[in-house]
Amino acid sequence: MTKSNFTRRGVLKTGALAGAAMATPTIFDGSVWAAGHTGFTNAPEGGSVTLGFNVPQSGPYADEGADELRAYELAVEHLNGGGDGGMINTFSSKTLDGTGINGKKVEYVTGDTQTKSDAARASAKSMIEKDGAIMITGGSSSGVAIAVQGLCQDAGVIFMAGLTHSNDTTGKDRKANGFRHFFNGYMSGAALAPVLAARYGTDRKAYHLTADYTWGWTQQESIANATEAQGWETVNNVLTPLASTDFSSYIAPVLNSGADVLVLNHYGGNMVNSLTNAVQFGLKDKQVNGKNFEIVVPLYSRLMARGAGENVKGILGSTNWHWSLTDEGSKAFVKSFGTKYGFPPSQAAHTVYCQTLLYADAVNRAGSFNPCAVGEALEDFEFSGLGNGDVLYRGADHQCFKDVLVVQGKENPTSEFDVLEVVEVTPRAQVEYPPNHPMFGGDEASLGECNPGA
Amino acid sequence: MDAFILQVLNGLDKGSAYALIALGLTLIFGTLGVVNFAHGALFMLGSFCAVTLQRILSLSYETIDETQLDFLGNPLKVKSTYIESWLGKDVGLAIIDWSVPIAILFAIPVMIAIGVIMERGLIKHFYKRPHADQILVTFGLAIVIQEVVKYYYGANPIQTPAPDSLSKALDLGVMIGFDPNAIIYPYWRLIYFFFSMTVIAGVFAFLQFTTFGMVVRAGMADRETVSMLGINIDKRFTIMFGIAAAVAGLAGVMYTPINPPNYHMGMDFLVLSFVVVVVGGMGSLPGAVLAGFLLGILESFASTAWATSLLPGINQIIIYLVAIIVLLTRPRGLMGRKGVMEE
Repeated sequence: MTKSNFTRRGVLKTGALAGAAMATPTIFDGSVWAAGHTGFTNAPEGGSVTLGFNVPQSGPYADEGADELRAYELAVEHLNGGGDGGMINTFSSKTLDGTGINGKKVEYVTGDTQTKSDAARASAKSMIEKDGAIMITGGSSSGVAIAVQGLCQDAGVIFMAGLTHSNDTTGKDRKANGFRHFFNGYMSGAALAPVLAARYGTDRKAYHLTADYTWGWTQQESIANATEAQGWETVNNVLTPLASTDFSSYIAPVLNSGADVLVLNHYGGNMVNSLTNAVQFGLKDKQVNGKNFEIVVPLYSRLMARGAGENVKGILGSTNWHWSLTDEGSKAFVKSFGTKYGFPPSQAAHTVYCQTLLYADAVNRAGSFNPCAVGEALEDFEFSGLGNGDVLYRGADHQCFKDVLVVQGKENPTSEFDVLEVVEVTPRAQVEYPPNHPMFGGDEASLGECNPGA
Repeated sequence: MDAFILQVLNGLDKGSAYALIALGLTLIFGTLGVVNFAHGALFMLGSFCAVTLQRILSLSYETIDETQLDFLGNPLKVKSTYIESWLGKDVGLAIIDWSVPIAILFAIPVMIAIGVIMERGLIKHFYKRPHADQILVTFGLAIVIQEVVKYYYGANPIQTPAPDSLSKALDLGVMIGFDPNAIIYPYWRLIYFFFSMTVIAGVFAFLQFTTFGMVVRAGMADRETVSMLGINIDKRFTIMFGIAAAVAGLAGVMYTPINPPNYHMGMDFLVLSFVVVVVGGMGSLPGAVLAGFLLGILESFASTAWATSLLPGINQIIIYLVAIIVLLTRPRGLMGRKGVMEE
């Protein structure tokens, strides 16, 4: 004897669901999600919503994390109607009116990533499960960003990445629930290489020192490809352990390698030390192949550049944003941040402030906190007024496309914050690439399905 | 050949730091029998003595310059140092420029005081406790010290450069018959090597040729007998702890121009320095120095491109690999004595 699983009520329910699915418009409309405010992880109840700010509060990037946290607090203040409104006033989308997000007051919890993937995942998990965070954002390392992005995908919350520059974040490791405003290694190469060729010529031999983890690998590949396209030759690439403190053993072989350019694919303390060591060994004053020896730091951070002191003078690199930009959005943000804290914001602060506003605006436009609705609202969203010109949040890989800054260590700084100067604003079109670019996982890279969670 | 010489120089330079820290560790272990995991923190504190002195010398007042604007569009506040206004611009700037060498004078009393306070205030209570307890308490102390430093100085590295005239590099190759630019080595790294040799020689001379040193050596060999002779050996050992702290501190002061100091630099050196002590032989001062330079040179060669292409990752494991080989062939280390750390 067999027992059928079919019942009359079950068949009717299945039919109704199938009918509803068939009736869903092909072009998604956020209002569909707005109909249901439940059925996803941490659906907010009551008059407030909680965001989770996951930043390095201890460890080597703690200063960068502190600046991110300042920017998040400023964003929350502005979203709740406090302060002068900052970039809400210049943002091209006008859904943010100082009443929180979707009418709910914004509250937040913070976690400490310690710049360690396992610690970052644990703090994100805690904020989602214990504090009811509807969205996780932050971070100052690509390894951490990729790890937390994966966790958010599984948990069914949106991840708005902070400072992460590896191609992999929106490349082979892209996720439907993850979004990146910050630029990446490919964009650094595309922006920097033409400037390097124009300044230093096309007949150059480059020696790369590369931090041995996901960010270093993808940046080195990007810079090597972009400079080789300009006629440069890559004579060597040496991987250096992330824990390295003294780079003299890696710098010394550069002296007699025949190279006339040293590319330091290092960030944070690695960058400060490797650049200091390179200058100590007289590389900036050296002549090779009848040319001045040059040093390049493809990814600059003002906070880190301060640590390198005088050594950064004249050295070219790229950055996502700089406080000296004169567009209305940048001026509004610098004024807000500077008035509140007494010093200008870093690029890390800028990107996380933008991410918070972009998330809040997407929720308002979708009319729902459902991560799939928010994701749909962010995909292919075009905006301006946040300090980087006209920006596209590309739907195919959740990467923002915007102008990139080529910067140089300033020769005569007027203050301790005046470390870098912008030498070129590279237009967005020059740093664009197809979503299936080989450096971004090729045809196999996929966002997967959006996960709304519970 | 030029590449070989460069790596030897790099190795001697790295070895200098290892040897100085390991020397202090061995002094403390040899005298007090304490395994001091806070010794890396003392190295870090020494470097922050240089940072602190630089900040003291750079204390400044603000004047408003109406002709320039700050980032908010307000009149620019221009900072001028007190020392320049008191002593004149040239003298003031020269003193700030030489802040790292001057910091040696500042660091010696500060580090001796920190060492004595650390020993009297905390570590003496753990003399009769197992080594595991000593390791736990000194490691905890190291974490506390580095978090305090991070609170006041931030997490980012702080640039503390060498005097301008010593910041350049020397063309050593030309001096020994090579082509120009073949062997270029920074002045300060050469100074660091000779400075560490001087400090090491000074410590050995102090122990070898002074009455105080003789008593300490006797105490290291047989503490009870020396005590029974009516000598207050504990007091002398406390002073030795202070001297060991000063040695680590001086290593830190002079290291600041090589790599900008940050709060966790002590931890970066601590583990390697313990390996140096073990390879050299627990309790052996010459062993610590010999192993420091030996492992520095080996680490330097293991970081070259040909070594890493031959054996990827060798640069990260070389020191531990050598430690395993030495301990397998000479279980007491290169110059270890029988009976030390042995039941």
